[in-house]
Amino acid sequence: MVKTTIQKRERLILGNRACAEGAIAAGCRFFAGYPITPSTEIAEVLAWELPKVGGKFIQMEDEIASLAAVIGASVAGVKSMTATSGPGFSLMQEHIGYAFMAEVPCVIVNVQRGGPSTGLPTKIAQADTMQARWGTHGDYHAIALAPSSVAECFHFTIRAFNLSEKYRTPVIVLTDEVVGHMREKVTFPESSEIKIINRMKPTVHPGWYQHFEVNPHFVSPMASFGEGYRYNITGLTHNPDGFPTARPVAIKEKLDKLKNKITHNVNDIVEIREEFMEDAHIAVFAYGIVARAARQAVHMAREKRIKAGLIQPLTVWPFPDVYMEHMLEQLDLVIVAELNQGQLIREVMRVNTGKTRVRGLNRYDSELITPDQIFQKIREEK
Amino acid sequence: MVFAGTVLAEAIGVEDGKNVCQTQSYGPEARGGASRSDLVVSSGEIYYPKPLKLDLLLALTQEACDTYFPALKEDGVLIVDSGLVDQLPDHKVHGFPFTQIARDQIGTSMVANIIALGAIAALTKIVSRKGLLEAIKKRAPKGTEERNLKAAQLGFELTQRKKRARKKR
Repeated sequence: MVKTTIQKRERLILGNRACAEGAIAAGCRFFAGYPITPSTEIAEVLAWELPKVGGKFIQMEDEIASLAAVIGASVAGVKSMTATSGPGFSLMQEHIGYAFMAEVPCVIVNVQRGGPSTGLPTKIAQADTMQARWGTHGDYHAIALAPSSVAECFHFTIRAFNLSEKYRTPVIVLTDEVVGHMREKVTFPESSEIKIINRMKPTVHPGWYQHFEVNPHFVSPMASFGEGYRYNITGLTHNPDGFPTARPVAIKEKLDKLKNKITHNVNDIVEIREEFMEDAHIAVFAYGIVARAARQAVHMAREKRIKAGLIQPLTVWPFPDVYMEHMLEQLDLVIVAELNQGQLIREVMRVNTGKTRVRGLNRYDSELITPDQIFQKIREEK
Repeated sequence: MVFAGTVLAEAIGVEDGKNVCQTQSYGPEARGGASRSDLVVSSGEIYYPKPLKLDLLLALTQEACDTYFPALKEDGVLIVDSGLVDQLPDHKVHGFPFTQIARDQIGTSMVANIIALGAIAALTKIVSRKGLLEAIKKRAPKGTEERNLKAAQLGFELTQRKKRARKKR
């Protein structure tokens, strides 16, 4: 069983520390990164804790190298992750694409801060929402989880590892400065209560092994380097054996596989939290820390007998298209509250068939959207 | 300030058993600059993580007092470092020279925040003294436990001395 350094079950801890402890509980034994506010505590904690459980911590020369090291460690069979913030996340995009193409499980934590560029190191934003989806080039299908509390930092990091192992794909944990630097009381589960998923291993004879085998699940068993299975890994579009291809049929097959393993499993990947949605005509759509303000706002609205509810996507990507289409049929108004100039609202508008009013509530001045602001918006727009 | 917020959250949350959410705000400077620590306490689940109206404000600088006083409730408690905050708002104020006491009696201004926590425990019901001392033991950096505990004790006594003095009058 996974031996963790978690001693007492109920503790007051920092969001970033919960993230690091979640990684260890999930079985992460390698971290490579470059310190950046507001994510540094994740690296700091893992630098202390990983060696205690037989893991390795490396501070690399930059974020490009960090994710390269993480990918290498994962291919060697070790669950691996890195943590960063906006500027570092930009540098990592190249290798996020590589991990996606080469189907290497790994976890990238982006503790969002204000941007663009160096922006606001110690202040919050949710302006990397679209970058998490479209940051790297090519047809890319991201998985991104968004915790809104310290307890969720722990659990969602574990889930990120599980999804990345299950689908052989990079998974992004999209947190932010407030969640990362917030302290809350968390009741930790016993390690036996934590569900852990490990990557599927090949059972075929090494001579028959194909690292990128095409099968009905879209996910190929994965042998580690040095285990006796010979294979090639490349960022070039490749055949099931891993060597580059220029055959249109094989190219389409590979890209369909990458797409289908996400889109055919949306129901497994996507998690949504609802409040008062059974009879709501108005919904506030918000993720991460903003969802907590929204939750208070819909409670305020209910006290005034306004039929408002909350839709909080716990997974921001893939976007819950089918669910939202269904929800929009019931709703007169959706208020999309986010700490940017309007990113996730585009997704809501994309799936909207036209009858529901979709309005944005945006804040990008480094402060949180307050419950009162959302409540006022509900009153104005209803 | 952030350390004091953490200790108070630990005391109220883990030692006294309420729900807490502590957040912080500071600038990009490595040293100096304004810094703030927010704490929400509730017996129920905490939705919004930041306080909207304050029951208690501890201001260790004039700037902090000026900036955050408007958020204080009418019956809210205001505690200031009387050595550093001289322009007081029109409100009942508890003033103690925390920084000066820290420097004179413990030899470092670093523990002014912990003396202030002691004063909070003595003046309000928000945190128990026992919980505060336990939290300090747990959270103080190695080697500073003694002086931080002493600082909290000074804080407890400080307010008592003042109360007694008031009674005599």
